[in-house]
Amino acid sequence: MKNWPLWEVFVRSKNGLEHRHCGSLHASDATMALENARDVYTRRMEGVSIWVVPSAAITASNPENNGEFFEPAQDKAYRHPTFYELPEELKHM
Amino acid sequence: MSEMELKALEADFERKIANDEKIEPKDWMPEKYRKTHIRQISQHAHSEIVGMLPEGNWITRAPSLRRKVALLAKIQDEAGHGLYLYSACETLGISREELYDQLHSGEAKYSSIFNYPTVTWADMGAIGWLVDGAAIINQVPLTATSYGPYARAMVRVCKEESFHQRQGFEIMMTLAQGTPEQKEMAQDALNRWWWPSLMMFGPTDAESVHTEQSMKWKLKRKTNDELRQQFVDQTVPQAHLIGLTIPDPDLKWNEEKGGYDFGPINWDEFWQVVKGHGPCNKIRMEARKNAWDNGKWVRDAAMAYAEKSEQPAFS
Repeated sequence: MKNWPLWEVFVRSKNGLEHRHCGSLHASDATMALENARDVYTRRMEGVSIWVVPSAAITASNPENNGEFFEPAQDKAYRHPTFYELPEELKHM
Repeated sequence: MSEMELKALEADFERKIANDEKIEPKDWMPEKYRKTHIRQISQHAHSEIVGMLPEGNWITRAPSLRRKVALLAKIQDEAGHGLYLYSACETLGISREELYDQLHSGEAKYSSIFNYPTVTWADMGAIGWLVDGAAIINQVPLTATSYGPYARAMVRVCKEESFHQRQGFEIMMTLAQGTPEQKEMAQDALNRWWWPSLMMFGPTDAESVHTEQSMKWKLKRKTNDELRQQFVDQTVPQAHLIGLTIPDPDLKWNEEKGGYDFGPINWDEFWQVVKGHGPCNKIRMEARKNAWDNGKWVRDAAMAYAEKSEQPAFS
């Protein structure tokens, strides 16, 4: 028989905040993954909402290609407010 | 990969470690780093899981409902800690099944302290106070270790661990303030658990084979002897506070070093237990193997149900 697949767990700690990745676990199906996630990751009211995602469904960038992959943003200082020179008198903008 | 490429990867890795940057699962890492982390994280996970057994012995015999719910919650935390750590370990490219196999075959170790028996209720107090106390001292520096998933798991573990030590100390304090028989029971538990707790920090620095490399990778921030000294200095006043005596005739405050001097540790006993000859090594391993083997039909049934109900994993 096949081993239980791996699931990634995301928890929203309270309304107004995003779901954040907090770990992973094994479960036979989505319902069990949710219940296990509740028992493993929210024993002390750490969450109001849980997402579970099959780990196999995640496509991740490869750190070995970080150079060329993130390079397009590297030389675009004009995307930051500090790139623009404004007069001293202008205190806030 | 050419030798030059490998050198460049190694240099980049060393730079990250030196700058206190974290290493994440898909990042390149030296094979030795990966192996050492699998060994240490899995040992840690196994310790949490096997650590549930000595305490499980007392759940049905806890003296009150208050003590029982606290003990249950503590043991459930240990299951949780084991699971956080197994998950962290799996990010290094080893499967859960392989990790269990290593435990069950005796290839992987777990903390020797759990090979001692829990013969009285006071042992629940001594374990929480001393064993969890020692574990906290060992674990807090690991929240800053270089491998990201391990460090994050340790942050969660450490947050939850302090309740364990407090519930243990409260049990010891209550017994120590009780009838003469209860106080004697508390003292007896301290007598039996004190020295094995000191051994939890591992061999002396002179004998420790992994310390140097582990310090470099920030898997360790202080040496075994430094951590052991910290534990003794922290725990002796706590024993005095509740009127219990540390079972060490050589224990003496040393004004000059600002800490306690303590007697020699029986390292022969330590190595005997590590090698499998402790009082409970066999029954601990049997309990784990039985749980895994006898639970197989449940795991299979759950998987068969999932496949039959054809819940798409994602669509």
